[in-house]
Amino acid sequence: MIEVVAPGPLTTVQDGGRPGWARLGVPRSGAFDRAALRLANRLVGNPEDTAAFEVTFGGLELRFTRAATVAVTGASCPGLDWGTPVTVGAGRSVRLGLPARGLRTYLAIRGGVDVAAQLGSRSTDTLSGLGPPPVRAGDLLGIGAAACGPVSGTAAAPAMPRPSLRVLVGPRDDWFDPEALEVLTGSAWTVRGESDRIGIRLDGPNLRRSRSDELPSEPTLPGAIQVPTDARPIVFGPDAPVTGGYPVLAVVVRADLDAAAQLRPGDTVRFSRATGAGRAT
Amino acid sequence: MTLGARPYGERAVLVDVPAGRAPVAVAHLLDDVAGVVEVVPAARTLLVEFEPDIITWESVAAALDGEPPPESTAARLVTLVVRYDGADLDGVADVADISVQEVVRRHAAAEYTVAFCGFAPGFAYLTGLDPVLQVPRLGEPRAAVPAGSVGIAAEFTGVYPRRSPGGWRLLGRTDTALWDVERDPPALLAPGTPVRFVPR
Repeated sequence: MIEVVAPGPLTTVQDGGRPGWARLGVPRSGAFDRAALRLANRLVGNPEDTAAFEVTFGGLELRFTRAATVAVTGASCPGLDWGTPVTVGAGRSVRLGLPARGLRTYLAIRGGVDVAAQLGSRSTDTLSGLGPPPVRAGDLLGIGAAACGPVSGTAAAPAMPRPSLRVLVGPRDDWFDPEALEVLTGSAWTVRGESDRIGIRLDGPNLRRSRSDELPSEPTLPGAIQVPTDARPIVFGPDAPVTGGYPVLAVVVRADLDAAAQLRPGDTVRFSRATGAGRAT
Repeated sequence: MTLGARPYGERAVLVDVPAGRAPVAVAHLLDDVAGVVEVVPAARTLLVEFEPDIITWESVAAALDGEPPPESTAARLVTLVVRYDGADLDGVADVADISVQEVVRRHAAAEYTVAFCGFAPGFAYLTGLDPVLQVPRLGEPRAAVPAGSVGIAAEFTGVYPRRSPGGWRLLGRTDTALWDVERDPPALLAPGTPVRFVPR
């Protein structure tokens, strides 16, 4: 078993999420930095989307009642070497300090975190309450049997933060002033404190709309840059609602949403237009 | 039928569905198309997520360029028994300029269809609301609306599957569970489901 000694500010269990249920109103959920989750699982020999801990701003302390092999990826924290599988002896603890940069750290355990699945996923959905509640001090969690391969060696160093997040324009760029796209890609945006797994809320110049009527509710996806009536953009995260009533100016490409997951309040972020490759139409 | 489409990131397209067609009916054109990952209807649009390694957008568009199958008559009618004692009955009667009894009569007289789900798991937006009852949502949403509350807002009526904040005007309550994660399917109301309300 794994005993949670301290969860830090917010630790949840996350896996590949709940794709396929959006038509019933269920958010996609799953790890915000999907590449980091996959890397952590590969390091300990698990299938890539196995349930692991998503640790927000460090602070997680775990005690293992039996020996376990773990690896951390995402935001690097003092306490455990980044990208290196480590075997923790029975009765021993690990503790993650504060990350020097980045926000979300993934701690995978060989075999996976064994909590009950709902709709095929062990992810905590912070919007709708599906999946297990966030991890609390005193929780005793099982270790699963998901391991399918050998423990790997050490991974390369963590990726440097991207200087800008690439976006594809639309679907509702025609609801904005013609300058709005230039404002989006030409400005430095500051991450607001209310940001969470539902969305990364940004401060900066106003993204002005050219229409003031109400948009009938539309389906949304993680990565969508939605602009509510206060003209400040929100980059949707994995727990975003599956429909929304505000226009989406552009969508962050999937690979860069992983980088967005590492933005923390006060960070500056820029956007740039993705070039042709990978466009849907 | 030619539908307008807007790219939505790298592997999804938002399809405009012309007035007079139900997005949920158009969605059925993609029921068995390989490479289509997920199809999500909403009020006037349809989001099609697809795997670009398996299917091109052109092929998705070609599949959409057909006559939608006839409105599904196979979907079973769901009847919800409602206690019409909602906090906003008087307010709706005032705005619509009819009696409370007439609000209840009109709400229970119509047959509705689930247009789409959103807001929360199992929250269904039902179309078919009597135009007289089409009143705007509350100016200030409530911090907490009890589970089972039946509300109206603009062209929609719906039932809150669980306690949550909400700005719809409340007409009453039902004891029927709209969402049960242990049930298969977990949502009582899915896009396309016909629904009636019966006063208790």
